[in-house]
Amino acid sequence: MEALFYVSGTVAMISTLRVVTGKNAVHALLYLVVSLLAAALVFYSLGAPFIAALEVIIYAGAIMVLFVFVIMMLNLGPGAERQKKGLLDPKAWAGPALLALVLVLELLYLFAGGGLEGPPRAAYINPKAVALALFGPYFIGVELASLLLLAALVAAWHLGRREKEGIR
Amino acid sequence: MTVPAEHALVLAAILFSIGLAGVLARRNIIFMLMSIEIMLNSAGLAFIAAGYKNGQADGQVMFIFILAMAAAEVAVGLSLALRVYGSFKSLDADAASSMRG
Repeated sequence: MEALFYVSGTVAMISTLRVVTGKNAVHALLYLVVSLLAAALVFYSLGAPFIAALEVIIYAGAIMVLFVFVIMMLNLGPGAERQKKGLLDPKAWAGPALLALVLVLELLYLFAGGGLEGPPRAAYINPKAVALALFGPYFIGVELASLLLLAALVAAWHLGRREKEGIR
Repeated sequence: MTVPAEHALVLAAILFSIGLAGVLARRNIIFMLMSIEIMLNSAGLAFIAAGYKNGQADGQVMFIFILAMAAAEVAVGLSLALRVYGSFKSLDADAASSMRG
């Protein structure tokens, strides 16, 4: 479990550095997805498997898809075709693929050690405890989060309107 | 044979610093939003590390709240980025500094 933490932490640091220093938004997004997957493995090694699953589903799945949509919407100009060709170039995806391969090898190592079905470790916190805390003492936080999401929904709808329908 | 919680906190600090440097150095709005995501994620990692040290579920609860907040933030931020691009034909954050009421 120690090796899992250090290797995926290194992968997270490398891919995060590539996100910040990247030139192309799509390539940086690939590195960001790898960084979030590495963070999910870090969470698993810290005894939080439920959070690791949420990280993959919500962060790497849903939020990154929003970024992909926006980048696709902004690339409607004449440069879009060249961009698409550039994405198939191995130079573009070799780095993220290599880092993701490291994460897959870690996952296989975890399975080989009976990771998911092995005995629960000392620091393991199961999802039931998280749910009992979330809907017990932290219930006001759940209500506030729902209000925040509603406000974000209204704001995104308002900002995303066509210009001729609304103001400016 | 367990990871010290301090190492997880150091990893969170490093990732947060990278994200902060990205927000300060980059002028592209999309890259700034990605750096903010990195910073939020590393803050969540610090919460997870604290919960791991104490053996409590509270750190994971706080991570779920951070997740909801990040989703709301990125929805509003990206729609603002689309609106800025529609108005200024540029994703440069400095382009919006020339607006006047």
